[in-house]
Amino acid sequence: MQLNRDDLLRAWREMRTIRAFEERVHTEFAAGGIPGFVHLYAGEEASAVGVCMHLTERDVIASTHRGHGHCIAKGCDVKAMMQEIFGRAGGLCAGKGGSMHIADISRGMLGANGIVGGAPPLVCGAALTAKVRGTGGVAIAFCGDGGANQGTTAEGMNLASVWKLPAVFVIEDNGYAESTASAWSLAGDPVKRAEGYGMPGTRVNGRDFFAVHEAAGEAIERARNGEGPSLLHVKVERFFGHFEGDAMTYRAADEIAKLRAERDCLADFRRRVTEAGLLDGAVLDAIDGETAVLIEEAVSEAKAAAFPKPAELLTDVYVSY
Amino acid sequence: MPDIAPLTMPKLGLSMTEGQVAAWHKADGEAITAGEEIADIETPKITTALESPAAGTLRRKLVGPGEIVPVGALIGVLADPVTPEAEVEAFIEEWRARFAAEKEAEPEAAVPEPERVETPYGPIQVLEAGPREAPPVVLIHGFGSDYQSFLLLQPLLASRFFTLAIDLPGHGGSTKNLPGPDPASLAKAVSAAMTARGIEAAHLVGHSLGGAVALALAEQEPARALALTLISPAGLGPEINAEFIAGFIAARRPRALATVLALLFADEKTPVGHEVVEAVLRAKRLDGAEAALSAIAAANFPAGRQAYSLRHVLDDPARPANVVWGRHDRIIPASQAGRLPAHVKVAIYEDAGHVAHMEKPEQVARLI
Amino acid sequence: MPKKSFRQAVNEALRQEMERDPAVVIMGEDVAGGMGAPGEDDAWGGPLGVTKGLLGRFGRGRVLDTPISESAFIGAAAGAAATGLRPVADLMFVDFMGVCFDQIFNQAAKFRYMFGGKAKTPMVIRTMYGAGFRAASQHSQCLYPVFTHIPGLKVAIPSSPYEAKGLMIQAIRDDDPVIFFEHKAMYDEEEEVPDEAYAIPFGEANFLREGEDATIVAIGRMVKFAREAAEILAREKIECTVIDPRTTSPLDIESILESVRETGRLVVVDEANPRCNMATDISAQAAEQAFDALKAPIRMVSPPHVPVPFSPALEDEFIPSVEKICAAVRAVMAAPARRAA
Repeated sequence: MQLNRDDLLRAWREMRTIRAFEERVHTEFAAGGIPGFVHLYAGEEASAVGVCMHLTERDVIASTHRGHGHCIAKGCDVKAMMQEIFGRAGGLCAGKGGSMHIADISRGMLGANGIVGGAPPLVCGAALTAKVRGTGGVAIAFCGDGGANQGTTAEGMNLASVWKLPAVFVIEDNGYAESTASAWSLAGDPVKRAEGYGMPGTRVNGRDFFAVHEAAGEAIERARNGEGPSLLHVKVERFFGHFEGDAMTYRAADEIAKLRAERDCLADFRRRVTEAGLLDGAVLDAIDGETAVLIEEAVSEAKAAAFPKPAELLTDVYVSY
Repeated sequence: MPDIAPLTMPKLGLSMTEGQVAAWHKADGEAITAGEEIADIETPKITTALESPAAGTLRRKLVGPGEIVPVGALIGVLADPVTPEAEVEAFIEEWRARFAAEKEAEPEAAVPEPERVETPYGPIQVLEAGPREAPPVVLIHGFGSDYQSFLLLQPLLASRFFTLAIDLPGHGGSTKNLPGPDPASLAKAVSAAMTARGIEAAHLVGHSLGGAVALALAEQEPARALALTLISPAGLGPEINAEFIAGFIAARRPRALATVLALLFADEKTPVGHEVVEAVLRAKRLDGAEAALSAIAAANFPAGRQAYSLRHVLDDPARPANVVWGRHDRIIPASQAGRLPAHVKVAIYEDAGHVAHMEKPEQVARLI
Repeated sequence: MPKKSFRQAVNEALRQEMERDPAVVIMGEDVAGGMGAPGEDDAWGGPLGVTKGLLGRFGRGRVLDTPISESAFIGAAAGAAATGLRPVADLMFVDFMGVCFDQIFNQAAKFRYMFGGKAKTPMVIRTMYGAGFRAASQHSQCLYPVFTHIPGLKVAIPSSPYEAKGLMIQAIRDDDPVIFFEHKAMYDEEEEVPDEAYAIPFGEANFLREGEDATIVAIGRMVKFAREAAEILAREKIECTVIDPRTTSPLDIESILESVRETGRLVVVDEANPRCNMATDISAQAAEQAFDALKAPIRMVSPPHVPVPFSPALEDEFIPSVEKICAAVRAVMAAPARRAA
């Protein structure tokens, strides 16, 4: 897919939205306003946006506990997402799911998942639906480097190959599974694992939106053409902790500062498009300004929004009981 | 009056091959009058009273409660009080020997099984019994029932007639798609089933809603209805027990349904057998059954009253007609049998309710 | 009406629903069998033949054999259900739930609630349970209490062929995840089963017998044992009500309580191991809500707190028997009447 000006603007807007969203959730969490656990995606934006720009509503994604980025990239409502994280009734999941289970099936977002490795089997199912119904849709499983080691990922890859499903497995390797380096915990090579399960595997520089976009495009087209699943091993940088409240003592003292200074996918994108004369800084700044307003509104609306009523405790366990 | 009279296991239903005495009501040596209830006979399908075929003293009870014996087997002996024991013993031995020999000699009688015939309205389940050359009788059941409504009546008729018991659309094993919920539409399906079975014209026997269907069929195709026997029929007046209809449709639990079904009988404390209740619940569960029943109820019995009057069909003096009712009918009042045309033979049974063909099958059979 | 086996009844339910609704698909290990192998297709039709013939009728697009990877295909069933199919997945032996339970209890069960009512997961998991086959501890358990415990799941446990067809049709039509338990020792049992389709609603207990002296609630295969016990007890002039709850989630506790309030005596028969099984759940609810009606302590008839043994001599001792049920009823009948406070 050739990227035209609108595509580039869209890519910037989506990545900026994710970044601003996550940065703001970080400060709000630190201030004590957000209940529960949040796992922030800042630094990894190019991966979610590079992949999801190829998708429409007939395509489905399933994510990890670090799901805000994928949720935004799949087109979910940002304000409803913020309300959900704040536990409000107007949240994307009516306040019943929270950050770890943020979802919108109507937009093909089958949810963030509180269980590591939760996505691959579910995505096999969504891909099966697309195949049985002949919709031409694809299903993308996002996993971390930690999730790559779960049995579900191995089984999901095998099943997707055996059934020749229109699926893509995206391993977002940010170097850490919780506090443990993927360099230690991930034996072998995800790309070779892919080959081991009979599908092509590609390593991708996740800081480079264009590289992600291209590799994802190939994998998704393969899937749509009925050629079966693929794997992308996307190397990204995680700016925040595993969870908010993580002191990150397992990281080098200056690691985060260096990442933000030298390995920021937004900065890289901006540099590239402005140097190539594709977009000018002013238009990007304008988008940044609009995004800031959006996030500000999202937060203030979320804080003012009502909590779910007590009776909602008992609703929607079943369709009927 | 015979000296010694056998009591045998009756045939309750065409497919019955064996049954049991659920309980004896009379003691050894008690004097019995003809027609008196001596015992309860139980089969998986029904429990009913055994009426004494003769007067005499109950000299033997040969089976105990729960013992299963074949149809026709000797279950007891009535005799004159003065008849010596030795004679009774000899009778029993001789009878049993003859029965055993007959059983050996006779081939396995084919048990009539219901079958589905294709009609333009969909499949209709029917049960045929009796010689094909004999005059035809078509049996049409009532609301919520099926061909088994005539469990006791059909065998009695099958010796003299070619009988065809039909499951109406929406009921039993027939299609749950209704040609229409009103008697005239249901009659079309009955007519089609008759055609499918090569019956040009017949004596139509209809119970309750089936009575209204029989009347409608006679109205639409007068040549097909040689005669009518209507048992507690719908279509003769406005009154109907709406609670029964609603209760029947609504009941999902065995006990609730048993209470509703008991209203059919003269004595509302009549215990309705568990298997009967279970069979009705299972029939109601079939896809489309409840919708069909609701549609029929809504069309025929809206707002607690009967919608269709077919009284005028009985005006034709050329067509013989019986109207039979139980005095204690709690579903459709027996008063609706009043002021019918003179040629119509009316029979009201004092100790029957809504289902005279189950409560007094021999008497109803004699009318036909 | 034709007699059909439990196996045929389930097969018929699957076939009729697959004919009615193209969204219904079947998946699991060897649900057809022979996939990729040189011999026959549809070689097994499931380990005990329940799904035989469906491949020929519906083809590989709707009858999907899987590799041995429960977490993948049970999770796939959940994902497929959430995105528009109505899968019936075969978890061959419920004992295998250990390798896929997350997909069932954390994913499928919770989608609707976690996603604020905006998802539905209309899937069925068929699974075999129960002892009596000498299959030993890892192939003989009754784990329905574990699933019953999970909000968001429904659990159906048919006690006869007629029940199996109706509950399976209901399970497929139901929009929530249903775990459907088939006792491996019941597949050859026969009963009159209508040719037409019919659905038995969930949450409606069946009363197989009514009696005023004691209430026996039994689960699955134990229903038949309870009926036999009731016959024996009737000859001792003890008349029992026998209740088959049909589904443990939703549970028709109201019907059970209604009966307990009439008889005052409750015996619950449950083949699942005794700690935290259905008998404990039903007994606790009855004790809490019908305490004043109770004339005797509630009795539970269950196996001991042991894994299922292999040797036939031991396995036969493990399984609750008709005689043990009778003994429990006689015990509640003999208990001294409670004095008014």
